[in-house]
Amino acid sequence: MRNFAAILEREVKSYFLSPLAYVVIFFFLAVSGIFFYLILSNFVEMSLRATMQAQMYRMMPPKLNVNMMAIRPMLHNMALFALFFLPLVTMKLYAEEKKTGTIELLMTSPVTDSQVMLGKYTAALVLYTVMLALTFVYMIFLFIYGKPELGPILSGYLGLFLLGGAYLAFGLFFSSLTENQIIAAASTFAFILLFWAIGWVSGFVSASVGRVLEYFSLIEHFDDFAKGVIDTKHIVFYLSFIFMGLFLTYISIQSARWRGAK
Amino acid sequence: MIEVKHLSRNFGAVQAIQDISFEVQKGEIVGFLGPNGAGKTTTMRILTGYIPATSGTAKVAGFDVQEQSLEVRKRIGYMPENPPVYADMTVDQYLNFVAKIKGVDGKVRKSKVDEAMEKVGITDVGKRLIKHLSKGYRQRVGLAQALVHDPEVLILDEPTIGLDPKQIREVRTLIKGLAGQHTVILSTHILPEVSMTCQRVIIINKGKVVAEDTPDNLTARLAGNERLVMEVEGPADAVTQTLQAVPGVQNISVDRANGDGRIQLTVESSAGTDLRKELARTVVNNGWGLLELRPVEMSLEDVFLHLVTEEEEVAN
Repeated sequence: MRNFAAILEREVKSYFLSPLAYVVIFFFLAVSGIFFYLILSNFVEMSLRATMQAQMYRMMPPKLNVNMMAIRPMLHNMALFALFFLPLVTMKLYAEEKKTGTIELLMTSPVTDSQVMLGKYTAALVLYTVMLALTFVYMIFLFIYGKPELGPILSGYLGLFLLGGAYLAFGLFFSSLTENQIIAAASTFAFILLFWAIGWVSGFVSASVGRVLEYFSLIEHFDDFAKGVIDTKHIVFYLSFIFMGLFLTYISIQSARWRGAK
Repeated sequence: MIEVKHLSRNFGAVQAIQDISFEVQKGEIVGFLGPNGAGKTTTMRILTGYIPATSGTAKVAGFDVQEQSLEVRKRIGYMPENPPVYADMTVDQYLNFVAKIKGVDGKVRKSKVDEAMEKVGITDVGKRLIKHLSKGYRQRVGLAQALVHDPEVLILDEPTIGLDPKQIREVRTLIKGLAGQHTVILSTHILPEVSMTCQRVIIINKGKVVAEDTPDNLTARLAGNERLVMEVEGPADAVTQTLQAVPGVQNISVDRANGDGRIQLTVESSAGTDLRKELARTVVNNGWGLLELRPVEMSLEDVFLHLVTEEEEVAN
């Protein structure tokens, strides 16, 4: 536990001592902020128009659901932005240590490979949690000017956390395969994109194959969270995805040891 | 303290080390000598638990490096060839982190870190970022890192590489000072380093141990024939022929024959004989000029080259 904590502490510090954390957080917030503004102004315009129409026909103004019309698309957008930014968070975790040779220190110290791996993974989760927590500020604006339901927001953030955790687990895996950070980030991005879009082809193949492909789609499982539904089957899906990523990372580290490769 | 038996390691089709066996007693300083690519680093990496061996066993302080890797790693301080330092940390932060993962207790951590920094002389750069340090200082941070948990065994891969002459001397003195309390294995391809710091030398070439002894014994044992260097003024052919006839001379080779009548010769005779008087008398009696006559001691360098070349001939 102390070893895990030491690795975690070093990795988190290293994120926040280098510009990387700030750059990733800044751009993630900037892009989400712009989209939040666009979605929200669109929503305000729509509700204004609906109110005017209602007045024209002397009807009750309709109650537009801010959860459905603003928050849900916003959560989907953030899931997409995380796809772009999280590979940048994990790319250095192993690749940099392999390049500089510090991996030799970790692998000859009395810490287990899984302690190192979990320390690194948790550090990436901490940074991602900070990113998510800061976007929560946007939601606070909605509470000031409207009455959104808190439940679906929280379940949406839980979904984002699990989805991002899956990205990070495979990011860690790809980082463990190479000493080149660019290659690590690019392959992570390509891999996640594949599993993101895998459900799209379901229309072109037979129904049974389509259902299987859809099941593997990362984003397919997210929709229920965004709607406010917490279904264990989705949680299990994301957790198994995370487990798979970490398991492959572990195998890759062990294999590098046996091969004597870095 | 360290017991290596029939250790081999392959990388694909390449055999990095083959059937290496040796022992190191507690408190000894042992030098690993060998040309680049001889298998020094591979052997050290197996001992530190960085990579497993293909076959054979190695024990450190009674623990098997493969089966009880964590126990072994607790007792080893390892400095790889490139110091494993995090550029974005300060020296203090870095050593503190290393102390933590090496299992140094929180209460004594600070004093242990200070102690290690003092030993290698980096107390004044504690607050500096490692990326701003010179190569020599980084090397010493790497050494401090290996010492911080006061390990029983120190494994140092080319510890003086990249240092300036003054620092090299300091590091050698430091390593010598570790004898007794720590068991040290250091690798190098710089020969004087071995004769200066190590009590015992293991020469490795092409993945095999070719010799193992104290530096003095090695030179004595492998010196074999006595050799003398002579410089004589006289006709080259006549001189060699006459000297060849001196009883006890086994072989004469002309190293240099300038046109000015001076020739330089190497005279070999069997071990334990001293032909200086005979040779001098012969030269003078023939009316030639004796300009120089001195015995050649075989240096560790010669021994090393001798062994390495021999090995090559066998392979060919």
